[in-house]
Amino acid sequence: MSFLDISHLEKAFGTNRVVKDFSLSVEKGEFISLLGPSGCGKTTVLRMVAGFEQPNSGAITIGGSNVVGKRPNQRNIGMVFQAYALFPNLTVAENVGFGLKIKGASKAEITARVQEMLALIGLPDKGASYPFQLSGGQQQRVALARALAPKPQVLLLDEPLSALDAKVRVSLRNEIRAIQRELGITTIFVTHDQEEALSISDRIVVMNGGIADQVGTPFEIYNRPSTRFVANFVGQLNVFRADEAGRIGGVSMGQGDFAARPEAVHLGRASGADIVLPATVTEVHFLGSVIRLTADVAGTRVSLDTFNRADAPPPEVGAVVELSLAARDLIQLGA
Amino acid sequence: MSLWARITGWIVLIFGLTYFALPLLGLTEFSLKARRGVYSLDAYTKIIGDPEFQATFTYSIMMALVTILFGVLLVVPTAYWVRLKMPWARPYVEFITLLPLVIPAIVIVFGYIRLYNTSSWLPMTGTIMGTNLLLAFGYTVLALPYMYRAVDTGMRTIDVATLTEAAQSLGAGWATILARVILPNVIPAVLSGAFLTFAIVIGEFTLAALLNRPAFGPYLARIGANKPYEPFALSVIAFGITWGCMGLIQFANRLSKHTKAAQ
Ligand SMILES: Nc1ncnc2c1ncn2[C@@H]1O[C@H](COP(=O)(O)OP(=O)(O)OP(=O)(O)O)[C@@H](O)[C@H]1O
Ligand SMILES: [Mg+2]
Repeated sequence: MSFLDISHLEKAFGTNRVVKDFSLSVEKGEFISLLGPSGCGKTTVLRMVAGFEQPNSGAITIGGSNVVGKRPNQRNIGMVFQAYALFPNLTVAENVGFGLKIKGASKAEITARVQEMLALIGLPDKGASYPFQLSGGQQQRVALARALAPKPQVLLLDEPLSALDAKVRVSLRNEIRAIQRELGITTIFVTHDQEEALSISDRIVVMNGGIADQVGTPFEIYNRPSTRFVANFVGQLNVFRADEAGRIGGVSMGQGDFAARPEAVHLGRASGADIVLPATVTEVHFLGSVIRLTADVAGTRVSLDTFNRADAPPPEVGAVVELSLAARDLIQLGA
Repeated sequence: MSLWARITGWIVLIFGLTYFALPLLGLTEFSLKARRGVYSLDAYTKIIGDPEFQATFTYSIMMALVTILFGVLLVVPTAYWVRLKMPWARPYVEFITLLPLVIPAIVIVFGYIRLYNTSSWLPMTGTIMGTNLLLAFGYTVLALPYMYRAVDTGMRTIDVATLTEAAQSLGAGWATILARVILPNVIPAVLSGAFLTFAIVIGEFTLAALLNRPAFGPYLARIGANKPYEPFALSVIAFGITWGCMGLIQFANRLSKHTKAAQ
């Protein structure tokens, strides 16, 4: 049995079934992301693990013991909220030491642990500051330190980066991941940002309407999406209807629709590409190392990425080009 | 601001001043006239030297402190729980806390006397301690509208639900959460409520008189009926206390450095 085990979890608010038969096994030290659109039940799953909501049925075990029915303050779980939720009346050091104080740790113990945590989050001399004196990113790091200080069994983060601006978001997510690796703490991270989930997770759970659609590594989720929803939600996708695929590419691959990632479509005839499509360039976005083109293929909009090369300028808008892709790069979507 | 708005503002201000300040000035002036022909503090020294003044004033201050304690213990957990778990009950609780404003104190005290007299199931008026307690409960009820409103408003400035959950996940139980997380963050509001309570209790007449306790209010009434200058000196003192409380409320609101975060 894995360290954190969620099985057949059900939750309804009134008649609104929010989480449906949700199961997940998390190994010790694993970093799992719950990814899905707004309202799909990510927070609700997390809150049931934390003990703030009671499931209608199902089991949650941590380290082999069932926690359903236990109060949140008996679960030894660290939680980080989107809104930081630092105690405004306490200094940073008092915030970080709060959990230890409640556990009855000695003053010396608390001081030492608080210093250790503040060093870990890179704010060693902010101990005496009040939360309102810190930036959003700093506050969230303090919240992380506060959650980690009492050495919880599991760390839960509910969209901890959503309130921050883009630059801080990227640097802080890497920092969170580094700290999580260093401490080896089992972590569930909720986000609706697919790039965030792809970049820092060991495994991702893609949720849709209260159901875990697919569970897998970022590589699996991105390259072998098992449902149309996952394929569409994670990453960019060019979708061809089955009949279209046959008509424009001269391929016939059975039932259902096909999809191709932008990076699977090549400009010109690439070696190994067995499908060639005539196309007209409609948009050119120069992003630096990558150039993203949009082209019209017999009425279907196709996006593709090519690497920038100093000796080959990108095509102009309106240029007639050939696109190619390999049939094995096509993702078959359920009908 | 346009010229007209400015002129209107001034007119209102002058009207207010004549309405409030002039009587107060007259009052103060008269209270200084105890010695014929010259201004003096005779009335004040007489009052402050009066042992009955000292006894009743001390009594009322003690009662005010006890009332504030009761009020805080009653209102902070209630307002917290309503915000956290029963938001649907807020209008009802607000209505109940407003009742003391529409139900006269005399009705409350007759109810008390009827329920808790010496021949009742709980003869609280039988002992001095019991009567004091009853009086403090009565004061708590009278101060409820102000205390509840102040505390409830204070709680609006913090994210009660998330702070509670953060504390819970760190292992805190309800008592710890209330004492270490919620209360410290609504201290300015609690102090506002406390000073209002103080002002109410110091001047309250009905409850104390009918329960026959030696409070400042009945003393004030008795002096007012029997002495020429002293009542005016007392009124000035009472004004001073009330205004002092209002000043302290302002001060309390500026006091806490951390509440700036909420703004
Ligand atoms: N306490 C509650 N009472 C009633 N309905 C609720 C409650 N909490 C959540 N819901 C409903 O459950 C559904 C899932 O909510 P949840 O917060 O889990 O979504 P989410 O995936 O976290 O979304 P987001 O990305 O917007 O945070 C929503 O439709 C929401 O309205
Ligand atoms: Mg959510």
